[in-house]
Formats: sequence, C-alpha cells, structure tokens
Amino acid sequence: MIDFSRGRKVKFYYNDKVIEAYEGESVLAALYAIGYRVFSYSPDGERPRGAFCMIGKCSSCLSMVNGVPNTRICIEPVREGLRVYSQKGFPEVPKVEEVVEAETIVLKPDVLVIGGGPAGLQASLTLAEYGLKVVLVDEHFKLGGQLVKQTHRFFGAKKFYGGIRGFNIASKLSREVMDNENIEVFLRAYAYGIFKNGYVGVAVRGEKPLNLLVRPKAIVAGVGASEKMIMFENNDLPGVMGAGGAQTLMNEYGIKPGERALVIGAGNVGLIIAYQLLQAGVKVHGIAEIMPKIGGWFVHAAKVRRYGVKIYTRHTITKAIGRDRVEKAEIAMVDEHFQPIPGSEKVFDTDLVLLAVGLQPNYAFFSQAGAVMKYIPELGGLVPLRTKYLETSVENLYVAGDASGIEEATTAFIEGEIAALSIAIKLGAGNNKTIKKREELLDYLWNEYRKSPVVMRACQGKLKATVSEEEMEKIRRGELDGI
Amino acid sequence: MDPEKVIICRCENVTLKDLLDAIDKGYTDLESLKRYLRIGMGPCQGKYCLILAASILRRRLGKNYDELLLPKNRPPLKPIEAYYFLKPPKEAKDLEV
Repeated sequence: MIDFSRGRKVKFYYNDKVIEAYEGESVLAALYAIGYRVFSYSPDGERPRGAFCMIGKCSSCLSMVNGVPNTRICIEPVREGLRVYSQKGFPEVPKVEEVVEAETIVLKPDVLVIGGGPAGLQASLTLAEYGLKVVLVDEHFKLGGQLVKQTHRFFGAKKFYGGIRGFNIASKLSREVMDNENIEVFLRAYAYGIFKNGYVGVAVRGEKPLNLLVRPKAIVAGVGASEKMIMFENNDLPGVMGAGGAQTLMNEYGIKPGERALVIGAGNVGLIIAYQLLQAGVKVHGIAEIMPKIGGWFVHAAKVRRYGVKIYTRHTITKAIGRDRVEKAEIAMVDEHFQPIPGSEKVFDTDLVLLAVGLQPNYAFFSQAGAVMKYIPELGGLVPLRTKYLETSVENLYVAGDASGIEEATTAFIEGEIAALSIAIKLGAGNNKTIKKREELLDYLWNEYRKSPVVMRACQGKLKATVSEEEMEKIRRGELDGI
Repeated sequence: MDPEKVIICRCENVTLKDLLDAIDKGYTDLESLKRYLRIGMGPCQGKYCLILAASILRRRLGKNYDELLLPKNRPPLKPIEAYYFLKPPKEAKDLEV
C-alpha cells in the first residue's frame, strides 16, 4: 500500500561490525531491520531491554554514539562512519581528549514553537502568515511528529486535511515550513527548560552542537505525548513494545516488527495497529482488552474481526515469557476489580507484545514553567489549565495538540491554529478578520467537531481543563487554585 | 503476578516489589519515593514510572491523583551533555538577566 523510497546507502559501525543502512533511517531502525532486538541492559546489567517508544522518550535504547554515552539511537540518524557501541549497565565516564564546546547563541524571535508535529507545524505556518518571526524546534531529525507514521486518510474538514494520508500531510506541511522565510527550523533540538526573563534553553545536537537561548514574546508548546506502560511480569522484555513504536518501524521505515503479535488494548490505536500488522504480514493472535467493551470505533473493530483476529474483552496481560526476547505471553480474564482470575490464563506463542494502553501528555515543560496543572483522566494525565484561546497560567505560554490532552491530529491542527491566531491578536499582528477567524474556528472545534459521540470523552476532559479568562486572571493572582 | 518481575521504572530498574516494600516502610508520597527509589530520576525523568507509582499509591491510600503531587520538574528536563554549558554567549550584552 505504501511505497518506501529508501535513501542513499551508508555504512556505520555497531560494536565494530559494519552495518549497511539507508540515509534517513535511525540507527535503531537500521539495526532492527537486520535482526537486532536487544539494544541495552538494565543499570545492573542483568535485564536485556529492547525497542520500546522509538521516539526518544524512554531509556531502552541508550547507547554510546561517537564516544557519547547514553545516546538514544531511536532518534539518532545513521551517517557514514558513525561508531555505535551498545551499553551494558551504567556506562563508564568517557575519556575525552578534545572537548567539544557548544556555541551559545541568543535568539529573539516573536514566537518559539516547541514540537514539529501537527500542532506545531500548523501554528508556525499561521504565525508566519501574519509576518511573525518564528523559531521552530523539534528533538527528532525530521519534522512531522507522529503524523509520519499515520497511513490512513484523515476524516474531517478539507481545511484540516480531510481525505489525505497522515504522512502525506506531514511532508506537505514540513516542506511549507522549511520554505517559509519567517520560520527558522532547528532539528535534533531539545528544549531543556525555561529560565528567568522567559529564556528557553534549547540543546541542538549535531557535528556543531548549539546551545540556543531563545527569548520569544510568546511560546507555543506542542510537545506531544508518551505511551503509557502497564504492570505485568517481564514488562521490560525485548519484544514488549509500545504500539506507536511498532508503527514507527512498519509505517515510517518499512520494517516488519515481528512474526506473531499480541495486542494489548482495544481502543482505536490497538485496533488500527492490529490491522496494520496484518497488512505487514504479521500474524495477530488477538487483542486483549481489560474493559468489558471495545473502546475504539466499531468500523475498526469490524475490520480486524473480518480478518479473524479475536478480541478478548475483560482480559489483560499477566506475563511475558522468554529469555532474551518475548517467546510467549500469557493473558487472563479479570474480575470486576480488574484482578486476574486464576485458572483463566491463555498462553500464546508470540514474539511481539504491543501495548496500546493509552498515551499521557508530556507535561514536564509546563510544570517546570510553573503553569497550574490538573490531572484529568479523560485527557490521559496531567495537563496545564488554559483559556479557550489555549494560553496557560504562565502568560504568553500556549499549549496545543496532545500536550493539551490526548485527542487526535485533526484537533492538534485546530488547536495549533487557535493558539497562533491568539498570539497574532495579542502581539498586534492581527486585525478584526483575525478575531473573526478565531471565533469561527472555536465554533467549529467545540460545536461541531467535538460534538461527535466518538470524541465525547476527550471533549469532557478538555472542558474540565479550560477556564474563562476571568478565572485565569484569578489563578494567576493566586486567588483561585483552579483544581 | 510476581512483583519482583514487574518493572515500574526501566531507567533505574525499580520493581513493583521495591515500590510496595518502600510504601510499607512509610514512603507514602511520590517525592520521598523518588528520593528513596530514584524513580523519576533516570534518563527519561519519570515519563513512565511516576504515573504507575501514583496509581499504586492511590489504591493503597485511597487518595485521588490531585492529592498525589508529582515531584517538581527541574531543568534540564532530560539529561543533556555538559558541553552545552561550557561557553557563554559571544555577546553577553544580548542576555538581559
């Protein structure tokens, strides 16, 4: 269904062995493609760890890259001659003969956009339209966020890319952002914190590392989300992977993640990953869902059932079994307190356990900035309180996309645009038309898009996280805790 | 489930047994669990473990999530190489601090 155009061939070294890879791949993807499954070990050196998140969030692929220990090889692009070594336990402090010093550069754009996913891309393009100077940073080596692994055509309005496949939207928007002279893009750039007077520190990796000190008038943080982990025996065994991790392998790099899979969680992500696995030629033993009902859309469930995939409701995973990688997995039925019922266990021969048990917003940047946060289960976890214009309790810090609460890419585009329009209005770059445009968007988002019953839960969550401007003023003055 | 085989925190290799034992010893908030077990202090800075630890505490203590304050996030939000901090900016006057 998808054509993978591979880049130029490059050679790098893994534990001194020559590895052939294609430009544009991550080191981890290149290694996975030729059969590697163990990428690091627990700090005591005892427990092998495999690929888990594949997007630079977890700690399961930390390796030594060109002499730098604890480097995440899932977001390290392959390059000719790169020297990569696996780590077993804590690495030794490297002996450095020549110290690389990162240049520190001060930048003062109008707006800093953190995260180049759907929210950040849409926000950047909208801001640039108003003549505002934007600095866009993303920790990955390419733009697009998780759009790059979405192979389905989007639903919804044409304006928000209805009818186009996710990865095609990603390449279209990335190109537009790269070509826009009002937007300066830094890739492999991690926003490590916010400091006095609104300076944001950004560490840019590469041959010439840079330390950016960015002092913008406003910030849009579309920092996305991370997959959740659940508890079962050997939940760290290589082969236990986030569903998104497997999507990265299959849909972004064209690599088959395994031969026989068990999926945990029958929400939309679980159902879609099951279907994509089948398309990639992976046998799917079944989907275990702890709730009595399937969480995802009926159409997706019907589709995988047609292929003979069994959905085990009221079931959860109790253990992964294997020495260095998953060989078997056990699920069991649960009682009304979600506890496994002894005697109800079923064991599958499988080399992949894919966790599709939900996402949680990446909250660290907001929390460090001092934003008032709230735990909202419907949104996946901790999120900053915000006005309907998406400004948090830290003035001029805006939130958009999954970081504002787990929804989907379409709402991320819309939120990105609302945040951008609000900033344009606040900085005096907009006019009455801008205000009208924002009102129309808000109306579409709240009174049309979020009225669909399938997004009701997320909509209720977003309502809980949204306060009026008067309430926000009180929260800022400390007269209201907002919780 | 054997709690010794359930990993709560991959970065610091903390098991469910470690966590339950710590709660029994009286470490009943996330901040002291963090200091005692190092959950949230590894390379991923608590992306996976804190929410798991919070769910266990919540069940044990019968509290809701908003009462279980998460440890403060401090910069750098994820470990970065020290060489980013070796050189001051060329034009120090650019930096109004």
